Amino acid sequence: MLSKRIIPCLDVDAGRVVKGTHFVNLRDAGDPVELGRRYYDQGADELVFLDITATVEDRQTTLDWVRRVARSIFIPFTVGGGVRRLQDIRQLLRAGADKVAMNSAAIRNPQLVSRASRAFGSQCIVVAVDARRNGDSWTVYTHGGRKNAGLDALEWIRQAESLGAGEILLTSMDCDGTQGGYDLQLLLSVSELAKIPVIASGGAGQPSDLLAAFQKGRADAVLAASIFHYGKYTVGEVKEYLGRHGVPMRQTGFRAMTQG
Amino acid sequence: MVGVIDYEAGNLYNVGNALQHLGVDYLLTDEPEKVRSAERVILPGVGAARPAMRSLQERGLAQVLSNLQQPFLGICLGMQLLFEHSEEEDCPLLGVLAGSVRRFDSRCLKVPHMGWNVVEPSGQQKEDPLFEGIAPGSYFYFVHSYCAPQTAPARLAVTEHGQPFASAVRRGNYWGVQFHPERSGDTGLRLLRNFLEVQAS
Repeated sequence: MLSKRIIPCLDVDAGRVVKGTHFVNLRDAGDPVELGRRYYDQGADELVFLDITATVEDRQTTLDWVRRVARSIFIPFTVGGGVRRLQDIRQLLRAGADKVAMNSAAIRNPQLVSRASRAFGSQCIVVAVDARRNGDSWTVYTHGGRKNAGLDALEWIRQAESLGAGEILLTSMDCDGTQGGYDLQLLLSVSELAKIPVIASGGAGQPSDLLAAFQKGRADAVLAASIFHYGKYTVGEVKEYLGRHGVPMRQTGFRAMTQG
Repeated sequence: MVGVIDYEAGNLYNVGNALQHLGVDYLLTDEPEKVRSAERVILPGVGAARPAMRSLQERGLAQVLSNLQQPFLGICLGMQLLFEHSEEEDCPLLGVLAGSVRRFDSRCLKVPHMGWNVVEPSGQQKEDPLFEGIAPGSYFYFVHSYCAPQTAPARLAVTEHGQPFASAVRRGNYWGVQFHPERSGDTGLRLLRNFLEVQAS
């Protein structure tokens, strides 16, 4: 049976991790490789790096750390942020990213999604959707939730899927940063609609929030930042909790088995 | 030297990264002569069967790959290409293994089958050297929309996604895995290390 996935998320600016640097005993708390490796060792199923680098000159820096991450962790990782052209996607994949996430660019230019999925396969094209509740429905926002894209979230997700997206990274702008739980209604609506996997994001504060995202929201994967970053819980602890509550989880006993 | 076939079929960089991590010399190549003389051959690949087959044929590799004597490992699409035929655009494949590759039924399932799933040994050879030291039921990372039948005579392991399918196969010196060992954590690295030590027979 396919296990549900736990995906820690790291924000990177000009090659430095800018959130989630609160681990103890880190040699270099800003290094994407060291933090990625930490989560890899804890049993993370995948990683997402959101590159919030503003300037074009720093794209080279991005490719450099993506290359280094690819050489040191052996689970899939997604890179999002600043992806505008087919060429950006090609470069990130060649640097070793397994998937590339697009948000505003996909809305501005939906053909980018179809061209990219034809060129590289839909499995590596993630469409990130930031949604905000608006009465009984949800509206898509861009620019970190500041700009209304004028699209209904469910409509846009349906379209993204038919364009060839391989996965939806769904963030509730209402819940993001609150640590008060995911928007389960939004999540369930999208999970029931989409034939491709849905990653829930925005709002995780407790392991029980992740449990609700899987059991009530029917998510395929959950993205979480603060719950892990501040050392409140390790990935392993959360997976153990979820497994105990009946969520199919990949347990990472292999390391213990072979290395005592 | 391990030859990793570079035929523009997706993510082979991470196969290289994993081999490098294991301290193995490898060569990315699309030259038939170099593939023929490699000690071991790995055929990675994600994407669609038809462009992949076309790409192998254009490089004169299809014939070479069907007649290797050294240990061979096909990964993901690289495993599927070993079969006779794919439902994907009705495409003929290399034909090293009997059987056809089919699409998952997406009416009731999420397709692609993406994520970590259980790999259970199955078939005649329960103790294949490829899985040495790997507990039955270990998790590996999958990303695919097509799969090989559970009934494939060459199956080494099966996995369930709505239906059981062959997630690892072997015939003589040809091994194939539907999952991505280069992306399956320490378990996957162990499987790759096993492949680097298997003997063709």
